[in-house]
Amino acid sequence: MKQSFGTIAVKTTMLIIAALLLFAPFLFQDIRALEVAARICIFIVLVASYDLLIGYTGIVSFAHTMFFGFGAYGAAIALKQMGPGWDAVALGALAGVLVSLVVATVIGLISLRVKAIFFAMITLAAASVVLVLASQLSQITGGEDGITYRAPDIFKTATKLMVDDDGKVVRWFGVKLNGKLAGYYFVFASSLALFLVLLRITVSPLGTVLMAIRENEARAEAMGYRVVAYRTFVFCLAAVVASLAGSVYAVWLKYTGPDTALAFHIMIDILLMVVIGGMGTMWGAVVGAVLLVMAQYYLRDLMGAASEALHGIPLLPELLAPDRWLFWLGIIFILLVYFFPKGIVGTLMLRGTRT
Amino acid sequence: MDKLSDTLGRFGGVYLLPVALGAVAFVLIGAPSSWVTLTVAGLAMGMMLFLMASGLSLVFGLMDVMNFGHSAFVSFGAFVAASVLAGLSSWLGSDSVVLASAALMLALLAAIAFGLAVGLFFETVIIRPVYQDHLRQILITMGALIVSEQIILAVWGGTPITVLRPGFLEGAWIIGDVSIEVYRLFAFALGAYVFAGLMILLNRTRIGLLIRAGVENREMVEALGFKINRLFIGVFMLGSALAALGGAMWAGYETLITPALGGEMMIVVFIVVIIGGLGSIEGTLLGAIIVGLTANYVGYLTPKLALASNMILMMAILMWRPSGLKPAVK
Amino acid sequence: MTLLSVRKMKTNIGQYAVLHDVSFDVPEGGVFVLLGRNGAGKTTTLRSIMGLWQPSPGSVQFKGQDIAGMATADISRLGIAFVPENMGIFGGLTVEENLVLATAKGKFDQARLRRIYELFPALEQFWSKQAWSLSGGQKQMLSVARAIIEPRALILIDEPTKGLAPSIVAAMGEAFREIAQSATILLVEQNFNFARNLGRDMAVIEDGRVVHSGTMADFSADTDLQGQLLGLSA
Repeated sequence: MKQSFGTIAVKTTMLIIAALLLFAPFLFQDIRALEVAARICIFIVLVASYDLLIGYTGIVSFAHTMFFGFGAYGAAIALKQMGPGWDAVALGALAGVLVSLVVATVIGLISLRVKAIFFAMITLAAASVVLVLASQLSQITGGEDGITYRAPDIFKTATKLMVDDDGKVVRWFGVKLNGKLAGYYFVFASSLALFLVLLRITVSPLGTVLMAIRENEARAEAMGYRVVAYRTFVFCLAAVVASLAGSVYAVWLKYTGPDTALAFHIMIDILLMVVIGGMGTMWGAVVGAVLLVMAQYYLRDLMGAASEALHGIPLLPELLAPDRWLFWLGIIFILLVYFFPKGIVGTLMLRGTRT
Repeated sequence: MDKLSDTLGRFGGVYLLPVALGAVAFVLIGAPSSWVTLTVAGLAMGMMLFLMASGLSLVFGLMDVMNFGHSAFVSFGAFVAASVLAGLSSWLGSDSVVLASAALMLALLAAIAFGLAVGLFFETVIIRPVYQDHLRQILITMGALIVSEQIILAVWGGTPITVLRPGFLEGAWIIGDVSIEVYRLFAFALGAYVFAGLMILLNRTRIGLLIRAGVENREMVEALGFKINRLFIGVFMLGSALAALGGAMWAGYETLITPALGGEMMIVVFIVVIIGGLGSIEGTLLGAIIVGLTANYVGYLTPKLALASNMILMMAILMWRPSGLKPAVK
Repeated sequence: MTLLSVRKMKTNIGQYAVLHDVSFDVPEGGVFVLLGRNGAGKTTTLRSIMGLWQPSPGSVQFKGQDIAGMATADISRLGIAFVPENMGIFGGLTVEENLVLATAKGKFDQARLRRIYELFPALEQFWSKQAWSLSGGQKQMLSVARAIIEPRALILIDEPTKGLAPSIVAAMGEAFREIAQSATILLVEQNFNFARNLGRDMAVIEDGRVVHSGTMADFSADTDLQGQLLGLSA
């Protein structure tokens, strides 16, 4: 099969991003850059699992953060109660997955029968109820303040993975081989594994069925596929992956609170990423996550400078203030949905096939 | 005949739900005076929710369009009204009831006018290009909601704003040991007027006839020679204006508003229209009253479960009737 | 004189081409019958004329005016009424409301109303009943009545006899004959015996194409052709 220019461009970009993430600790040697890289890894998984819903199956859910939160809070609560250890991580992650499965099944069975719009509204309502509950049940969840805890010992910054003869931590290319590094590679490897699983699913017969359902629900039903069962299954699958990503993120951050794991703005981030990157491609999730996380960390600085520069003009400085970056993303989002509904990756791949 | 009485019984049954809810709450609460206060509060809240939700329901019924940005109208209404009231604080502060009423009227009218204008903008610029495409509709209106919230943050800032009220709406009437806040009665009365107005519009006018027909069968209304898009713009703007009015009333009820108001109300409004059934005004009123009462009763009995209780209620009703209590005839 | 002229009409629904080449002329007055097997494209033809599906432009002329691509409401205002296969009744509205909606100004022309009462006495009887409570035949009557409450030059009627009792079918035939004295009816029908007694001219659609057109008298006489086109055995 001859590959189009666009497809080659996308694949090259993927390889570059993968390489950059793999060598991130060595290429960008500051703490903030490592935070950014870890966040990108997690969000790639989160967005890719969401893409399985919205892009491949045509289901719009607003509860994806909720499942992410179940996983994160599961790990966080277990680590807090049981102390730092792998048993706590495993148990917490498992608990998160189970809760996600149960909730996803209930929501799926009740509302996937009805219209797509009902489903979107119900997931939105469910997610906000969980958010409110998390901040109210403060004995368990720490309320608005969240939970701080210790991760397994190997991820402590003080942990020395390799020591030289003097008992000092070994440096490779100037990077200390300490627990922070181990933590990053834990995030990287888990994310890669989850992403590859998702990728495998999209090219499996299941992926084909899902796309058939998205294209023509009635026809898929007539062909003998039980649409509701498939949808519920995919919804559960995406929920489990999101939940696992949440657990991994909780271990990395050593803190879990509404702002990092449950808040609605995370859901908006996911939506923006999947639409900007391109729905229904998996690769779009990667591009979207990279661009948006980078923007979150670095665009604000730029906007701050612009806001300063425009001082004195009414309203514009307020709209350019770093906190208002969502305003611009929202506008970009709307324009993208109008003019490039396939997102960056989808548009690129299409462009290539035409020439 | 059996079928008819069966149908009647079922309709009565649905409308009896709020009454049953009140009766159960009466037993659980125990104290009649608290119960009356809570019931009045629940009815007032229900009426304000009705204002906010009716447009969403009608718009969906008529055009199969779900506007996830609907709560932006609620927020805009609340903040515009608060600003007008703040600007006219000297009128509110004066002893003249006429001036204070004029300030209130102006604030509500400003919210309505703003709702009409933003509604026109939303319909023609945001939603028009994505009729018939639910996925993009959800995404685009969500995007519009994000932008609207950011505009509110940019214009009014993130700090809570105190909403002034005219003096004659402050305080409470005390009857025996029951106290009833005046503002709640005002909210209830206004909501009831709007409901009556909508019922007259829908059942006694030609426009209303067209709307009811359009909700049932859009194509046939077109085939009879009516441009349904124009009708739809009108309904959309009306719905936006009502949502803004609801937001303005809510601002006065809460007396302290933050930009998070839109997001919070959106969830409740969704629950209302899902419970009530999309496309019908009666269903929306029913859903709004049920949600308002539940929120107040549960808020009193077990405060932490107030929002979750509505969610559970919604799930239960959906399992019983997947299209809500009283959806439009399709 | 030709009232409606359809030329090389092509209609796609989604990605499927349903009509490939539909051409026929409906002369003014009387009943023109469109015959064909299930799924041949008869309903799509009516919906395309009405603008409910978009046909390729430049292919439909009504009174010499090109109406392809116009909005459904504008086509209706030119004097074309539509009685769809599912009758398109507003079930939540009363019989009166259904009819008053179909008037141009919201007021009844008493003479026309009397004529409707004469054609369909049941409608007068159930005047204030909600339309969902009517029987299938009464709903069909209401749908037809709605199409003639205003003077219309052309009435498109889609399979009006489907699922109706024989006595009602007969009454419907009488009504159509009456209506066709002052307007033109373009009738889509599966029931050939019903259609042959009403129609003056006719066309047969097969697989999105008009494969035969002529007078009903000739077609009725040619049992071979009937068998070939409609699968009817004599």
